[in-house]
Amino acid sequence: MPINSLDLENLLDTLESDIRRSIKERKLDNPLLIGIHSGGAWIAQHLHSRLQLAGPLGLMDITFYRDDFSQIGMHPNVKSSQLPPQLEGRNIILVDDVFYTGRTIRAALNEIFDYGRPNQVLLAVLIERNGRQIPLQPDCRGVRIELPEGQRIKLTGPQPLRIEIQTLACAA
Amino acid sequence: MPKHIQLTESGRLKHFLTIEGLDKALLTEILDTAESFTGVSEHQIKKVPLLRGKTIVNLFFENSTRTRTTFELAATRLSADVLTVNIATSATAKGESLLDTIRNLEAMHVDMFVVRHALSGAAHFIAEHTAPHISVINAGDGQHAHPTQAMLDMFTIRQHKKQFDGLKVAIVGDILHSRVARSQILALNTLGVAEVRVIAPKTLLPARVEHMGVIALQDMREGLKDVDVVIMLRLQKERMNSAFLPSESEFFNCYGLTEEQLHYAKPDVIVMHPGPINRGVEIASSVADGERSVILQQVSNGVAVRMAVMTMVLGGYGGAA
Repeated sequence: MPINSLDLENLLDTLESDIRRSIKERKLDNPLLIGIHSGGAWIAQHLHSRLQLAGPLGLMDITFYRDDFSQIGMHPNVKSSQLPPQLEGRNIILVDDVFYTGRTIRAALNEIFDYGRPNQVLLAVLIERNGRQIPLQPDCRGVRIELPEGQRIKLTGPQPLRIEIQTLACAA
Repeated sequence: MPKHIQLTESGRLKHFLTIEGLDKALLTEILDTAESFTGVSEHQIKKVPLLRGKTIVNLFFENSTRTRTTFELAATRLSADVLTVNIATSATAKGESLLDTIRNLEAMHVDMFVVRHALSGAAHFIAEHTAPHISVINAGDGQHAHPTQAMLDMFTIRQHKKQFDGLKVAIVGDILHSRVARSQILALNTLGVAEVRVIAPKTLLPARVEHMGVIALQDMREGLKDVDVVIMLRLQKERMNSAFLPSESEFFNCYGLTEEQLHYAKPDVIVMHPGPINRGVEIASSVADGERSVILQQVSNGVAVRMAVMTMVLGGYGGAA
């Protein structure tokens, strides 16, 4: 798909139907939707409404679990994660906006397992791009795209929610 | 060369030895970072992996159960390995010099020293002479500074008053011997409060205390009038080498904080005390346990603030921030 024709509503439609199919196939009873701050949380809010899930939406800030802390330090104003105290045995749908290297998801999984051992974790992302660095990949996606080196994709929002392609020279 | 031993060339925190020389933005960053950590203590697993693999050594040359415990808890909650060296039975007690003790610990690949010492400047001395990759946090040195205590006090004030602009703060009691008061005065003025008052008998006020940016008063009623925050200090009898007071009961009569005295302050005043409290000496039990007291919140906040400082000094900042 051409990058300049990414339509947010279409991507959400595709992602929603992909998640519905996976919930059925993997028999995910009473799944808990968790969005990763900040883009993932915005996407998760849309999906929570579309999927009409019964439980509250979980929110997660993975700053404390990043593996690049010793290089970049920590920014203040970390939003605290809002998760149920017990994730033991739960079926989780983990939502992020963009899947790139996989390190954010690794950090999120580490945090989830600090709350308990879930039954299944389904990873859903709006956009999967090339550049994976560790052996993790999404189960559900709105689209998969190839970006040239030096470009990144960013979701801005929450109102309006928009997809932007940035070149690293100005994004860094 | 960094302009200040506490800061890296890029202006990040490398050591935390004193409030002096740190600007409002950096103090605010400490408070904001501490805010981020408050939730960790409420998790079922009260840990985050930020400092996993780091080794932190508590060097307490002077006893302090409360401070030592909060530093240990902070390090543990950041997943660091922490050990407390019992100085009373350590090599220094057998005649080894402080620097030799430090060199030996450095050889064990530690990452941070948390230092408490009865002599002013001890933490600074260690920071100057330790290996470049090691950070030092001052957990109280002589009558000089106790910066993490001051920052947890600032954190507690911000929780209740939201901002520092316009606040009037009274610090009452043994200002002369208090490293906490010195650090508090520096922090309050840097953060931009409207007025800092110190209230004490002349014998317990440092000479030329006004040069620190405070108003010195000897009368409690005048001093407490319309203040937003009252910080009571402990009478540090162990540091008094002569008679500074006629008696403790007379001190309490003149400078003890009672319900009656508190009426002179603003109705929403908060009462603080860095502890340990001498009930009936500097503060009445009814005030210490009363609804205006935030003393136990100060203790809780001590862990989050120390987590923030430990994270900031060990935070690397080698790349793009």
